[in-house]
Amino acid sequence: MSPAWLCVLVVACASLALKALPAVLAGGRALPERLRGVVALLAPALLAGLVVTQAIAGDRALVIDARLGGLAAAAIAIALRAPSLLVALVAAVTAALIRAA
Amino acid sequence: MDSSARSSIRDGATAAVPFGVTSLVFGVSFGVLAVSSGIEPLVAIVMSATVWAGSAQFAIAAVLGAGGTAAAAIGAAVLLNARYGAMSLALAPSLSGGPLRRAAESLALVDESWAMATVEPGRFDLGRLLGAALVMYPAWLLGTAIGVAAGDVIGDPAALGLDAAFPAFFLALLVPQLRDRPAIAAALLAAVIALLLVPFVPPGLPIIASAVAALIGLRRSGEPR
Repeated sequence: MSPAWLCVLVVACASLALKALPAVLAGGRALPERLRGVVALLAPALLAGLVVTQAIAGDRALVIDARLGGLAAAAIAIALRAPSLLVALVAAVTAALIRAA
Repeated sequence: MDSSARSSIRDGATAAVPFGVTSLVFGVSFGVLAVSSGIEPLVAIVMSATVWAGSAQFAIAAVLGAGGTAAAAIGAAVLLNARYGAMSLALAPSLSGGPLRRAAESLALVDESWAMATVEPGRFDLGRLLGAALVMYPAWLLGTAIGVAAGDVIGDPAALGLDAAFPAFFLALLVPQLRDRPAIAAALLAAVIALLLVPFVPPGLPIIASAVAALIGLRRSGEPR
């Protein structure tokens, strides 16, 4: 099985279980108060980790290249409240222009 | 099904149309980026049909595209989807029927349908949840299919700057999450953790390690919210 198929299989099962099991088993009980704050912060933490690694990571090295210029342009687009597709387009075009220059 | 349930499904579907358009466009970009990361078109479409979660799917494509292992991609994606566990718990009292029906209803859960079904904090309109999902799911699937078809004809992804679209997307997903100080602190800490680890560990692991930053949300028992 290719790595991509393995990802689909495991993540699909995990996602279905995460959606269905609490709804079926809980019967209205709430998540322990202590853990609620951690779950709320998982998404911002992981997304920040993804931004950093996708912008400057190579294979076990920090790589500064056109991606960083694209990300800076994206940040400006986000500040101007551009929709997410436009944000990605701005980043891609900026990076492509830097590489072509 | 009575007429009030039917009308609340219609309400949810109507309210979800703008999100459906966004989801379609987002699906197109997932399809393009997945193919450019070396994921086969069929795998990308099946992933959209079964995982149905944008940020987790983008993370899988990003980690595999960077040469990371399946385990690292799975770890990052499952952690990103952990929020569904919390959302499903919140939804539980608003669902009806036996275990199978509750399980089936819970599959309509995505960020947007959950938000749109909220009547008041902790109470949800099941009809609106289902109606929103009936618009969001086909839009995501159709978008992915269009994207993989387009991605197949696009040449070298780096020359087009597609690799720069990844961090831009994640930044666009991150910014709306930075609503309060704990979220901003967790994001900054996570960024530093990832930055420090990148030179020393295989691709994918820095992303999973960055999740540790969420532990600053751990509350001592009795501490006010």
